[in-house]
Amino acid sequence: MTKEQPIRVLIAKPGLDGHDRGAKVVARALRDAGMEVVYTGIRQTPKMIAEAALQEDVQVVGLSILSGAHLELFPRVVEELSSRGVDDVLLFCGGIIPAADIPRVKEIGFDGVFGPGTDTSDVIKFVKEHAPTRT
Amino acid sequence: MSNSTDLSRAEELTEQLLSGNRRALSRAISLVEGDTPAGRLISGLVYPHTGNAQIIGITGSAGAGKSTLVGSIAREERKRDRTIGIIAVDPSSPFSHGAILGDRIRMQDLTSDNGVFLRSMASRGNLGGLSEAATAVSDLLDAAKFDVVLIETVGAGQDEVEVANAAGTTVLVANPGAGDDVQSMKAGLMEVAQIMVVNKADLAGADTAVAQLRSLLAIANLGAWKPPILKTIASSGDGVPELVDQMDEHQKFITVSDHADQERIDHARRQILALARAVMHRQTLAEAADSLSLDMLTSQVAVRSKDPRAAAIELVDALRSSWSGTSLSK
Repeated sequence: MTKEQPIRVLIAKPGLDGHDRGAKVVARALRDAGMEVVYTGIRQTPKMIAEAALQEDVQVVGLSILSGAHLELFPRVVEELSSRGVDDVLLFCGGIIPAADIPRVKEIGFDGVFGPGTDTSDVIKFVKEHAPTRT
Repeated sequence: MSNSTDLSRAEELTEQLLSGNRRALSRAISLVEGDTPAGRLISGLVYPHTGNAQIIGITGSAGAGKSTLVGSIAREERKRDRTIGIIAVDPSSPFSHGAILGDRIRMQDLTSDNGVFLRSMASRGNLGGLSEAATAVSDLLDAAKFDVVLIETVGAGQDEVEVANAAGTTVLVANPGAGDDVQSMKAGLMEVAQIMVVNKADLAGADTAVAQLRSLLAIANLGAWKPPILKTIASSGDGVPELVDQMDEHQKFITVSDHADQERIDHARRQILALARAVMHRQTLAEAADSLSLDMLTSQVAVRSKDPRAAAIELVDALRSSWSGTSLSK
């Protein structure tokens, strides 16, 4: 009787850069793959992102950042999420993340890192395979 | 089918959300929205705790400025020291079933306010489930003790109009210069709204739009409540305090005026009928899709030996006879 529930994803842009083309392309690709994508817009603080993830009960949070502040902002997003008890979400990111930072970004908890030139089908595949199931 | 795990989960989440746990509220909303066994149990458990919130529906065509207006209303309610829950409905794609839910963009400043809880909701297809889900989610926000619950939905089509049945007060948002808008209101939207708003009132034609609405109202079949027509500029907040005043006036009308008892009865009846329609719609279509009669009738209609309307009636008849003795609530 219970139908399969669509995957809910939050796409957000932390920090001060206003380049949201990438975030929007990913949001549309995930929508076209059947997901419900909450798009928050630009200039989000870690607190706003965590609060939105809580209120929207998403399984997945994707962040896009091109400003270079990822090592500052990503840990704070993770902190804000866990302080709200939102610790069972899949995290991924895109934008400009230098190769040297990728191990650190993964350590922070972002299992997927998608740079320029990524095929959206790779993002979809990643989300579908790793999104935690909700019962 | 619910089991004991569902029940203990439902009881736990209900207890937590009643005591103000936002995480539990959020999880409960997902379970209720998804029409899961635990979600149905939660709906039943919270219902005795509802009835305290002021429930407002905001509807109007795409681009009328509903999200911006909802943001402005929320800010005004916060100034009046009231907490507010918001349900923002966006359409799901009929092809992929996915959705982009973008209402938070217009309400960014409200995100970190603890007195506000904003939940985006996708319409999830056309099986009449939207009014069902929106009603149930609004109950959760009501039970979680938000003073005001706003439900924002695109006012196109029966399903969206029926969302109004969850609301005690429905606000219809129109724009200046949108002659077609006013035309479309004749077809049903006028009757569901208790407050009319001409938003973007700084654009040319605002007074004309007000006049058109007034003349439509003059010939409408109204009850004891006379819908006020207001002008707002949602982006600046102009006219919003007056709108909130009128929302409060209508709330008094349906809760403490001489009409309150009748309003409560009418509202309950409308709500049951709308939900019954949704349940029947969903149930019938789900069963029809895998019914043998459908296959048989399809082949007859395909070769034009039977007309589709007769086939539809025959199909529903076949389903109805298979229903006898079965119960949906088990």
